[in-house]
Amino acid sequence: MDAMNGRPNFAEKISEFRRLSDEQRKDFKLKVGLAEMLKGGVIMDVTTPEQAQIAEEAGAVSVMALERIPADIRKEGGVSRMSAIKMIRGIQETVSIPVMAKARIGHFMEARVLEALGVDFIDESEVLTPADEENHIDKRDFRVPFVCGARNLGEALRRVGEGAAMIRTKGEAGTGDIVEAVRHMRTIMKEMRIIQGMRPDELPTAAKNHQAPLDLIEMVHRTGKLPVPNFSAGGIATPADAALMMSLGAETVFVGSGIFKSSDPMRHAKAIVKAATYWDDPFKVLEACEDIGEPMRGQSVAQTPEAELMAGRGW
Amino acid sequence: MPLIGVLALQGDFEAHLEMMRELSAPAREVRTAAALQEVDALIIPGGESTTMLRLLHRENLWQELARFGEEKPIFGTCAGAILMASEVSHPQQESFSMMDIAVIRNGYGRQLDSRIVLLHPEPGIEEVLGRDLEAVFIRAPIIQRVGPGVEVLVRYNGDPVLVRHGKHLAASFHPELTTDSRIHDYFVRRVAETLSFASNP
Repeated sequence: MDAMNGRPNFAEKISEFRRLSDEQRKDFKLKVGLAEMLKGGVIMDVTTPEQAQIAEEAGAVSVMALERIPADIRKEGGVSRMSAIKMIRGIQETVSIPVMAKARIGHFMEARVLEALGVDFIDESEVLTPADEENHIDKRDFRVPFVCGARNLGEALRRVGEGAAMIRTKGEAGTGDIVEAVRHMRTIMKEMRIIQGMRPDELPTAAKNHQAPLDLIEMVHRTGKLPVPNFSAGGIATPADAALMMSLGAETVFVGSGIFKSSDPMRHAKAIVKAATYWDDPFKVLEACEDIGEPMRGQSVAQTPEAELMAGRGW
Repeated sequence: MPLIGVLALQGDFEAHLEMMRELSAPAREVRTAAALQEVDALIIPGGESTTMLRLLHRENLWQELARFGEEKPIFGTCAGAILMASEVSHPQQESFSMMDIAVIRNGYGRQLDSRIVLLHPEPGIEEVLGRDLEAVFIRAPIIQRVGPGVEVLVRYNGDPVLVRHGKHLAASFHPELTTDSRIHDYFVRRVAETLSFASNP
Protein backbone atom coordinates (compact mmCIF):
# COMPACT_ATOMS: atom_id res chain seq x y z
CA MET A 1 0.00 0.00 0.00
CA ASP A 2 1.23 3.46 -0.81
CA ALA A 3 2.33 5.02 2.44
CA MET A 4 0.84 8.31 1.27
CA ASN A 5 -2.63 6.86 1.64
CA GLY A 6 -2.65 7.21 5.40
CA ARG A 7 -4.22 10.48 6.42
CA PRO A 8 -2.88 10.31 10.01
CA ASN A 9 0.70 10.78 8.92
CA PHE A 10 -0.32 13.41 6.49
CA ALA A 11 1.36 16.19 8.42
CA GLU A 12 4.62 14.25 7.98
CA LYS A 13 4.07 13.78 4.28
CA ILE A 14 3.05 17.33 3.58
CA SER A 15 6.15 18.52 5.46
CA GLU A 16 8.39 16.27 3.40
CA PHE A 17 6.62 17.27 0.23
CA ARG A 18 6.76 20.99 0.87
CA ARG A 19 10.27 20.79 2.36
CA LEU A 20 9.16 22.40 5.61
CA SER A 21 11.66 22.96 8.41
CA ASP A 22 11.41 20.77 11.52
CA GLU A 23 9.77 23.63 13.43
CA GLN A 24 7.17 24.11 10.68
CA ARG A 25 6.57 20.36 10.57
CA LYS A 26 5.85 20.17 14.30
CA ASP A 27 3.67 23.26 14.16
CA PHE A 28 1.53 21.88 11.33
CA LYS A 29 1.33 18.48 12.96
CA LEU A 30 -0.06 19.91 16.20
CA LYS A 31 -2.66 21.91 14.28
CA VAL A 32 -3.82 18.99 12.15
CA GLY A 33 -3.59 16.80 15.27
CA LEU A 34 -6.33 18.76 17.02
CA ALA A 35 -8.49 18.49 13.90
CA GLU A 36 -7.94 14.70 14.04
CA MET A 37 -9.29 14.67 17.61
CA LEU A 38 -12.54 16.28 16.46
CA LYS A 39 -13.32 13.64 13.85
CA GLY A 40 -16.52 11.63 13.90
CA GLY A 41 -18.39 14.25 15.85
CA VAL A 42 -20.48 17.39 15.85
CA ILE A 43 -19.27 20.98 16.35
CA MET A 44 -22.09 23.23 17.51
CA ASP A 45 -22.62 27.00 17.21
CA VAL A 46 -23.41 28.56 20.59
CA THR A 47 -24.04 32.14 21.63
CA THR A 48 -24.09 31.88 25.45
CA PRO A 49 -22.39 29.81 28.17
CA GLU A 50 -25.78 28.14 28.82
CA GLN A 51 -25.99 26.97 25.21
CA ALA A 52 -22.36 25.81 25.39
CA GLN A 53 -23.26 23.69 28.38
CA ILE A 54 -26.18 22.13 26.53
CA ALA A 55 -23.88 21.39 23.58
CA GLU A 56 -21.24 19.75 25.78
CA GLU A 57 -23.85 17.76 27.66
CA ALA A 58 -25.33 16.59 24.36
CA GLY A 59 -21.92 15.31 23.25
CA ALA A 60 -20.49 18.04 20.99
CA VAL A 61 -16.75 17.61 20.32
CA SER A 62 -16.28 21.37 20.21
CA VAL A 63 -18.31 24.57 20.29
CA MET A 64 -18.12 27.59 18.00
CA ALA A 65 -18.63 30.71 20.09
CA LEU A 66 -20.42 33.43 18.14
CA GLU A 67 -22.63 36.37 18.89
CA ARG A 68 -25.48 35.55 16.56
CA ILE A 69 -26.14 32.25 14.87
CA PRO A 70 -26.13 32.49 11.06
CA ALA A 71 -29.95 32.36 10.80
CA ASP A 72 -30.15 35.55 12.90
CA ILE A 73 -27.27 37.25 11.05
CA ARG A 74 -29.24 36.54 7.90
CA LYS A 75 -32.43 38.00 9.37
CA GLU A 76 -30.99 41.03 11.15
CA GLY A 77 -28.30 42.08 8.66
CA GLY A 78 -25.70 44.69 9.62
CA VAL A 79 -21.95 44.14 9.80
CA SER A 80 -21.05 40.85 11.37
CA ARG A 81 -17.74 40.82 13.27
CA MET A 82 -15.67 38.79 15.69
CA SER A 83 -17.76 38.04 18.79
CA ALA A 84 -17.57 39.93 22.07
CA ILE A 85 -14.54 38.80 24.07
CA LYS A 86 -16.52 38.59 27.28
CA MET A 87 -18.93 36.11 25.73
CA ILE A 88 -16.13 33.93 24.33
CA ARG A 89 -14.33 33.99 27.66
CA GLY A 90 -17.54 33.00 29.46
CA ILE A 91 -17.84 29.99 27.18
CA GLN A 92 -14.18 29.05 27.65
CA GLU A 93 -14.74 29.06 31.39
CA THR A 94 -17.88 26.95 31.15
CA VAL A 95 -16.88 23.97 28.99
CA SER A 96 -13.89 21.64 28.87
CA ILE A 97 -14.17 20.80 25.15
CA PRO A 98 -12.24 22.94 22.62
CA VAL A 99 -13.68 26.38 21.93
CA MET A 100 -13.59 27.84 18.42
CA ALA A 101 -14.34 31.41 17.37
CA LYS A 102 -14.77 33.19 14.06
CA ALA A 103 -12.68 35.95 12.52
CA ARG A 104 -13.65 37.90 9.40
CA ILE A 105 -12.00 36.83 6.14
CA GLY A 106 -8.66 38.64 5.89
CA HIS A 107 -8.96 40.25 9.34
CA PHE A 108 -5.67 39.04 10.76
CA MET A 109 -5.96 41.38 13.72
CA GLU A 110 -9.20 39.80 14.91
CA ALA A 111 -7.35 36.50 14.56
CA ARG A 112 -4.43 37.81 16.64
CA VAL A 113 -6.88 38.85 19.35
CA LEU A 114 -8.54 35.42 19.35
CA GLU A 115 -5.12 33.77 19.49
CA ALA A 116 -4.16 35.94 22.46
CA LEU A 117 -7.43 34.95 24.10
CA GLY A 118 -6.36 31.31 23.77
CA VAL A 119 -9.19 29.94 21.63
CA ASP A 120 -8.41 26.44 20.36
CA PHE A 121 -9.38 26.95 16.70
CA ILE A 122 -10.15 30.02 14.56
CA ASP A 123 -12.71 29.86 11.77
CA GLU A 124 -11.86 32.41 9.06
CA SER A 125 -15.48 32.56 8.09
CA GLU A 126 -17.64 33.74 5.24
CA VAL A 127 -20.52 33.95 7.73
CA LEU A 128 -19.00 37.20 9.00
CA THR A 129 -18.71 40.28 6.79
CA PRO A 130 -15.37 40.01 4.92
CA ALA A 131 -12.66 42.49 5.90
CA ASP A 132 -10.50 41.99 2.80
CA GLU A 133 -11.83 41.22 -0.65
CA GLU A 134 -8.48 40.04 -2.04
CA ASN A 135 -6.44 38.40 0.69
CA HIS A 136 -7.09 35.74 3.26
CA ILE A 137 -5.19 35.59 6.54
CA ASP A 138 -1.67 34.11 6.28
CA LYS A 139 -2.46 31.29 8.67
CA ARG A 140 1.06 29.81 8.66
CA ASP A 141 2.07 32.75 10.78
CA PHE A 142 -0.14 31.72 13.73
CA ARG A 143 0.28 29.11 16.45
CA VAL A 144 -3.47 28.56 16.73
CA PRO A 145 -4.97 26.28 14.05
CA PHE A 146 -7.45 27.61 11.48
CA VAL A 147 -10.46 26.12 9.72
CA CYS A 148 -11.65 27.66 6.44
CA GLY A 149 -14.65 27.14 4.21
CA ALA A 150 -14.45 25.91 0.62
CA ARG A 151 -16.87 25.25 -2.24
CA ASN A 152 -14.47 23.41 -4.50
CA LEU A 153 -11.06 21.77 -4.57
CA GLY A 154 -9.16 24.84 -5.72
CA GLU A 155 -10.55 26.95 -2.91
CA ALA A 156 -9.79 24.20 -0.36
CA LEU A 157 -6.19 23.84 -1.51
CA ARG A 158 -5.60 27.59 -1.60
CA ARG A 159 -6.65 27.70 2.04
CA VAL A 160 -4.38 24.75 2.93
CA GLY A 161 -1.57 26.54 1.11
CA GLU A 162 -2.18 29.54 3.39
CA GLY A 163 -1.90 27.23 6.40
CA ALA A 164 -5.44 26.04 7.21
CA ALA A 165 -5.39 22.82 9.28
CA MET A 166 -9.00 21.90 8.56
CA ILE A 167 -11.37 22.50 5.67
CA ARG A 168 -15.12 22.62 5.95
CA THR A 169 -17.36 22.72 2.95
CA LYS A 170 -19.28 25.99 3.13
CA GLY A 171 -22.84 25.04 2.37
CA GLU A 172 -25.16 28.00 2.93
CA ALA A 173 -25.13 28.91 6.61
CA GLY A 174 -28.30 29.75 8.47
CA THR A 175 -30.71 28.34 5.90
CA GLY A 176 -31.33 24.82 7.19
CA ASP A 177 -31.23 23.83 3.50
CA ILE A 178 -28.71 21.05 2.87
CA VAL A 179 -28.51 21.53 -0.90
CA GLU A 180 -25.36 23.70 -0.95
CA ALA A 181 -23.48 21.52 1.56
CA VAL A 182 -24.17 18.53 -0.69
CA ARG A 183 -23.11 20.44 -3.79
CA HIS A 184 -19.82 21.57 -2.23
CA MET A 185 -18.93 18.16 -0.78
CA ARG A 186 -19.76 16.34 -4.01
CA THR A 187 -17.78 18.90 -6.02
CA ILE A 188 -14.65 18.50 -3.91
CA MET A 189 -14.85 14.70 -3.87
CA LYS A 190 -15.47 14.51 -7.61
CA GLU A 191 -12.65 16.93 -8.44
CA MET A 192 -10.29 14.84 -6.32
CA ARG A 193 -11.27 11.65 -8.16
CA ILE A 194 -10.57 13.34 -11.49
CA ILE A 195 -7.14 14.56 -10.29
CA GLN A 196 -6.36 11.06 -9.02
CA GLY A 197 -6.99 9.61 -12.47
CA MET A 198 -4.72 12.04 -14.30
CA ARG A 199 -1.28 11.43 -15.76
CA PRO A 200 1.43 13.20 -13.73
CA ASP A 201 2.25 15.49 -16.66
CA GLU A 202 -1.34 16.76 -16.66
CA LEU A 203 -1.12 18.03 -13.08
CA PRO A 204 0.45 21.46 -13.76
CA THR A 205 -2.50 22.35 -15.99
CA ALA A 206 -4.89 20.99 -13.37
CA ALA A 207 -3.18 23.26 -10.82
CA LYS A 208 -3.64 26.20 -13.17
CA ASN A 209 -7.32 25.39 -13.77
CA HIS A 210 -8.07 24.93 -10.08
CA GLN A 211 -5.90 27.94 -9.16
CA ALA A 212 -4.27 25.77 -6.52
CA PRO A 213 -0.62 25.16 -5.49
CA LEU A 214 0.93 22.47 -7.69
CA ASP A 215 2.49 20.51 -4.83
CA LEU A 216 -0.90 20.18 -3.15
CA ILE A 217 -2.52 19.07 -6.42
CA GLU A 218 0.25 16.45 -6.65
CA MET A 219 -0.56 15.27 -3.13
CA VAL A 220 -4.24 14.89 -3.99
CA HIS A 221 -3.17 12.96 -7.10
CA ARG A 222 -1.25 10.50 -4.90
CA THR A 223 -3.64 10.21 -1.95
CA GLY A 224 -7.10 10.92 -3.35
CA LYS A 225 -7.77 12.93 -0.20
CA LEU A 226 -7.58 16.49 1.01
CA PRO A 227 -4.30 17.22 2.82
CA VAL A 228 -6.18 18.05 6.04
CA PRO A 229 -9.39 16.75 7.66
CA ASN A 230 -12.48 17.62 5.66
CA PHE A 231 -15.56 18.61 7.65
CA SER A 232 -18.94 19.86 6.50
CA ALA A 233 -21.00 22.94 7.39
CA GLY A 234 -23.83 25.16 6.23
CA GLY A 235 -27.42 23.94 6.24
CA ILE A 236 -27.28 20.76 8.36
CA ALA A 237 -30.54 20.75 10.33
CA THR A 238 -31.51 17.12 11.08
CA PRO A 239 -29.85 13.81 12.09
CA ALA A 240 -30.45 12.53 8.56
CA ASP A 241 -28.68 15.62 7.13
CA ALA A 242 -25.68 14.89 9.37
CA ALA A 243 -25.58 11.22 8.33
CA LEU A 244 -25.93 12.23 4.67
CA MET A 245 -22.88 14.53 4.87
CA MET A 246 -20.83 11.88 6.69
CA SER A 247 -21.64 9.34 4.02
CA LEU A 248 -20.63 11.81 1.29
CA GLY A 249 -17.19 12.05 2.88
CA ALA A 250 -17.41 14.60 5.72
CA GLU A 251 -15.33 13.57 8.73
CA THR A 252 -17.29 15.72 11.19
CA VAL A 253 -20.22 18.11 10.85
CA PHE A 254 -20.72 21.68 12.01
CA VAL A 255 -24.29 22.43 13.05
CA GLY A 256 -25.10 26.07 13.49
CA SER A 257 -28.64 27.33 13.52
CA GLY A 258 -30.03 23.78 13.27
CA ILE A 259 -29.82 23.07 16.98
CA PHE A 260 -30.84 26.21 18.78
CA LYS A 261 -33.56 27.04 16.25
CA SER A 262 -35.19 23.63 16.83
CA SER A 263 -38.04 23.09 19.28
CA ASP A 264 -35.96 21.08 21.80
CA PRO A 265 -32.22 21.87 21.43
CA MET A 266 -30.91 19.25 23.88
CA ARG A 267 -32.83 16.37 22.29
CA HIS A 268 -32.03 17.64 18.84
CA ALA A 269 -28.31 17.98 19.60
CA LYS A 270 -28.12 14.47 21.09
CA ALA A 271 -29.84 13.01 18.05
CA ILE A 272 -27.43 14.70 15.65
CA VAL A 273 -24.44 13.44 17.68
CA LYS A 274 -25.81 9.93 17.44
CA ALA A 275 -26.36 10.19 13.70
CA ALA A 276 -22.81 11.50 13.14
CA THR A 277 -21.33 8.48 14.97
CA TYR A 278 -23.59 5.82 13.48
CA TRP A 279 -24.08 7.40 10.04
CA ASP A 280 -23.55 4.08 8.26
CA ASP A 281 -26.23 2.24 10.27
CA PRO A 282 -29.73 3.27 9.04
CA PHE A 283 -31.40 1.72 12.13
CA LYS A 284 -29.37 3.94 14.44
CA VAL A 285 -30.09 6.98 12.24
CA LEU A 286 -33.76 6.01 12.42
CA GLU A 287 -33.55 6.02 16.23
CA ALA A 288 -31.94 9.45 16.04
CA CYS A 289 -34.69 10.75 13.73
CA GLU A 290 -37.33 9.45 16.10
CA ASP A 291 -35.80 11.33 19.01
CA ILE A 292 -36.28 14.86 17.70
CA GLY A 293 -39.06 17.41 17.88
CA GLU A 294 -39.60 20.11 15.30
CA PRO A 295 -36.45 21.02 13.30
CA MET A 296 -35.68 24.64 12.37
CA ARG A 297 -38.08 25.93 9.77
CA GLY A 298 -35.32 27.10 7.45
CA GLN A 299 -35.24 29.00 4.23
CA SER A 300 -34.74 27.49 0.80
CA VAL A 301 -31.50 28.58 -0.87
CA ALA A 302 -33.19 28.63 -4.28
CA GLN A 303 -35.58 31.33 -3.01
CA THR A 304 -32.89 33.42 -1.31
CA PRO A 305 -31.80 36.57 -3.18
CA GLU A 306 -28.26 36.22 -4.49
CA ALA A 307 -27.01 39.24 -2.53
CA GLU A 308 -27.91 37.46 0.71
CA LEU A 309 -25.87 34.32 -0.01
CA MET A 310 -22.71 33.90 2.04
CA ALA A 311 -20.91 31.04 0.30
CA GLY A 312 -19.61 33.33 -2.46
CA ARG A 313 -17.47 35.23 0.03
CA GLY A 314 -13.85 34.03 -0.09
CA TRP A 315 -11.35 34.13 -2.92
CA MET B 1 -2.57 -13.03 15.64
CA PRO B 2 -4.92 -11.27 18.05
CA LEU B 3 -7.74 -9.16 16.64
CA ILE B 4 -7.46 -5.59 17.91
CA GLY B 5 -10.58 -3.43 18.15
CA VAL B 6 -10.43 0.35 17.98
CA LEU B 7 -13.28 2.17 19.70
CA ALA B 8 -14.70 4.31 16.90
CA LEU B 9 -17.39 6.42 18.56
CA GLN B 10 -15.39 9.59 17.92
CA GLY B 11 -11.80 10.81 17.68
CA ASP B 12 -8.64 9.78 15.83
CA PHE B 13 -9.54 6.08 15.59
CA GLU B 14 -8.48 6.06 11.94
CA ALA B 15 -4.90 6.90 12.96
CA HIS B 16 -4.80 3.85 15.26
CA LEU B 17 -6.18 1.63 12.50
CA GLU B 18 -3.47 2.98 10.21
CA MET B 19 -0.84 1.99 12.80
CA MET B 20 -2.29 -1.52 12.93
CA ARG B 21 -2.14 -1.76 9.13
CA GLU B 22 1.49 -0.70 9.27
CA LEU B 23 2.18 -3.49 11.76
CA SER B 24 0.12 -5.97 9.67
CA ALA B 25 -1.97 -6.60 12.79
CA PRO B 26 -5.65 -7.46 12.17
CA ALA B 27 -7.85 -4.66 13.48
CA ARG B 28 -11.39 -3.34 13.17
CA GLU B 29 -13.61 -0.49 14.29
CA VAL B 30 -15.79 -1.09 17.34
CA ARG B 31 -19.03 0.89 17.71
CA THR B 32 -21.37 -1.71 19.20
CA ALA B 33 -21.45 -4.32 21.97
CA ALA B 34 -21.60 -7.07 19.33
CA ALA B 35 -18.39 -5.84 17.69
CA LEU B 36 -16.71 -5.59 21.09
CA GLN B 37 -17.40 -9.28 21.77
CA GLU B 38 -15.38 -10.27 18.74
CA VAL B 39 -12.07 -8.59 19.54
CA ASP B 40 -9.19 -9.74 21.77
CA ALA B 41 -8.08 -6.30 22.89
CA LEU B 42 -9.23 -2.72 22.50
CA ILE B 43 -7.69 0.66 21.77
CA ILE B 44 -9.53 3.74 23.07
CA PRO B 45 -8.33 6.60 20.83
CA GLY B 46 -7.72 10.27 21.36
CA GLY B 47 -10.67 12.61 20.96
CA GLU B 48 -13.02 14.26 23.41
CA SER B 49 -13.48 12.13 26.52
CA THR B 50 -16.77 13.87 27.42
CA THR B 51 -18.24 12.97 24.02
CA MET B 52 -17.12 9.34 24.27
CA LEU B 53 -18.39 9.11 27.84
CA ARG B 54 -21.86 10.24 26.82
CA LEU B 55 -22.08 7.98 23.80
CA LEU B 56 -20.90 4.98 25.87
CA HIS B 57 -23.78 5.54 28.29
CA ARG B 58 -26.42 6.30 25.68
CA GLU B 59 -25.55 3.31 23.56
CA ASN B 60 -25.40 0.96 26.58
CA LEU B 61 -21.72 0.26 26.06
CA TRP B 62 -20.53 1.37 29.50
CA GLN B 63 -21.14 -1.93 31.33
CA GLU B 64 -19.95 -3.95 28.36
CA LEU B 65 -16.68 -2.06 28.19
CA ALA B 66 -16.14 -2.23 31.96
CA ARG B 67 -16.56 -6.01 31.81
CA PHE B 68 -14.30 -6.24 28.76
CA GLY B 69 -11.55 -4.44 30.68
CA GLU B 70 -11.69 -6.96 33.50
CA GLU B 71 -10.68 -9.72 31.12
CA LYS B 72 -8.93 -8.23 28.14
CA PRO B 73 -6.17 -5.68 27.53
CA ILE B 74 -7.00 -2.07 26.70
CA PHE B 75 -4.66 0.67 25.42
CA GLY B 76 -5.88 4.24 25.81
CA THR B 77 -4.30 7.38 24.38
CA CYS B 78 -5.15 10.84 25.73
CA ALA B 79 -8.98 10.76 25.99
CA GLY B 80 -8.64 6.97 26.24
CA ALA B 81 -6.28 7.29 29.20
CA ILE B 82 -8.75 9.67 30.87
CA LEU B 83 -11.57 7.14 30.52
CA MET B 84 -9.38 4.34 31.96
CA ALA B 85 -8.21 6.32 35.00
CA SER B 86 -9.38 5.81 38.57
CA GLU B 87 -9.67 9.53 39.25
CA VAL B 88 -10.34 12.43 36.88
CA SER B 89 -10.25 16.12 37.77
CA HIS B 90 -10.53 19.55 36.09
CA PRO B 91 -13.39 19.02 35.89
CA GLN B 92 -14.17 15.87 37.80
CA GLN B 93 -15.60 13.19 35.52
CA GLU B 94 -16.75 9.58 35.64
CA SER B 95 -14.21 6.94 34.55
CA PHE B 96 -13.71 3.15 34.37
CA SER B 97 -11.02 2.78 37.07
CA MET B 98 -9.24 0.21 34.96
CA MET B 99 -5.88 1.68 35.94
CA ASP B 100 -4.90 3.16 39.26
CA ILE B 101 -3.94 6.60 37.96
CA ALA B 102 -5.23 10.09 38.68
CA VAL B 103 -5.41 12.47 35.73
CA ILE B 104 -5.99 16.21 35.33
CA ARG B 105 -7.86 16.89 32.09
CA ASN B 106 -6.18 19.42 29.78
CA GLY B 107 -3.50 19.52 32.46
CA TYR B 108 -0.92 20.91 30.05
CA GLY B 109 -3.30 23.68 28.97
CA ARG B 110 -5.17 24.69 25.84
CA GLN B 111 -4.24 24.16 22.19
CA LEU B 112 -1.58 26.89 22.35
CA ASP B 113 0.20 24.76 24.96
CA SER B 114 0.14 21.65 22.76
CA ARG B 115 3.66 20.44 21.93
CA ILE B 116 5.86 17.78 20.39
CA VAL B 117 8.82 16.53 22.40
CA LEU B 118 11.42 13.78 22.17
CA LEU B 119 11.29 11.36 25.11
CA HIS B 120 13.44 8.52 26.37
CA PRO B 121 11.83 5.54 28.11
CA GLU B 122 12.74 4.71 31.70
CA PRO B 123 15.65 2.35 32.33
CA GLY B 124 14.51 -1.25 32.06
CA ILE B 125 11.89 -0.60 29.36
CA GLU B 126 14.38 1.26 27.19
CA GLU B 127 15.75 -1.95 25.71
CA VAL B 128 12.20 -2.91 24.68
CA LEU B 129 11.01 0.45 23.33
CA GLY B 130 14.33 2.01 22.32
CA ARG B 131 15.20 5.70 22.60
CA ASP B 132 13.92 8.92 21.00
CA LEU B 133 10.15 8.54 21.05
CA GLU B 134 8.39 11.48 19.44
CA ALA B 135 5.53 12.37 21.76
CA VAL B 136 2.67 14.53 20.44
CA PHE B 137 0.76 16.23 23.27
CA ILE B 138 -2.54 17.83 22.21
CA ARG B 139 -4.57 19.46 24.98
CA ALA B 140 -3.13 16.58 26.95
CA PRO B 141 -4.04 15.35 30.42
CA ILE B 142 -1.42 15.20 33.18
CA ILE B 143 -1.06 11.87 34.96
CA GLN B 144 -0.75 13.32 38.40
CA ARG B 145 -0.48 10.20 40.53
CA VAL B 146 0.06 6.50 39.91
CA GLY B 147 -0.90 3.82 42.42
CA PRO B 148 1.14 0.84 43.53
CA GLY B 149 1.24 -1.77 40.78
CA VAL B 150 1.41 0.87 38.06
CA GLU B 151 4.65 0.81 36.13
CA VAL B 152 5.85 4.10 34.61
CA LEU B 153 7.42 3.40 31.22
CA VAL B 154 8.06 6.96 30.02
CA ARG B 155 8.19 10.32 31.79
CA TYR B 156 8.10 13.92 30.57
CA ASN B 157 9.38 16.61 32.95
CA GLY B 158 9.02 14.07 35.74
CA ASP B 159 5.32 13.34 34.99
CA PRO B 160 4.41 9.79 33.93
CA VAL B 161 3.18 9.87 30.31
CA LEU B 162 3.19 6.17 29.36
CA VAL B 163 2.09 3.77 32.07
CA ARG B 164 1.20 0.11 32.43
CA HIS B 165 -1.08 -1.49 34.98
CA GLY B 166 -1.37 -5.25 34.58
CA LYS B 167 -2.56 -5.90 31.05
CA HIS B 168 -3.58 -2.30 30.40
CA LEU B 169 -1.53 0.49 28.84
CA ALA B 170 -2.19 4.24 28.77
CA ALA B 171 -0.46 7.25 27.22
CA SER B 172 -1.25 10.92 27.79
CA PHE B 173 0.19 11.67 24.33
CA HIS B 174 -0.60 10.40 20.81
CA PRO B 175 1.80 7.74 19.49
CA GLU B 176 -0.78 7.18 16.72
CA LEU B 177 -0.04 10.61 15.24
CA THR B 178 3.57 9.76 14.41
CA THR B 179 5.25 7.49 11.86
CA ASP B 180 6.80 5.52 14.74
CA SER B 181 4.84 2.33 15.55
CA ARG B 182 7.00 1.04 18.43
CA ILE B 183 4.46 1.65 21.20
CA HIS B 184 1.64 0.04 19.21
CA ASP B 185 3.94 -2.86 18.39
CA TYR B 186 4.69 -3.24 22.11
CA PHE B 187 0.94 -3.35 22.90
CA VAL B 188 0.14 -5.88 20.18
CA ARG B 189 2.99 -8.15 21.27
CA ARG B 190 1.84 -8.04 24.88
CA VAL B 191 -1.71 -8.89 23.80
CA ALA B 192 -0.37 -11.85 21.81
CA GLU B 193 1.59 -13.04 24.85
CA THR B 194 -1.46 -12.76 27.09
CA LEU B 195 -3.53 -14.76 24.60
CA SER B 196 -1.03 -17.56 24.13
CA PHE B 197 -0.65 -17.72 27.90
CA ALA B 198 -4.42 -18.04 28.24
CA SER B 199 -4.69 -20.80 25.64
CA ASN B 200 -1.65 -22.80 26.92
CA PRO B 201 -1.78 -22.51 30.68
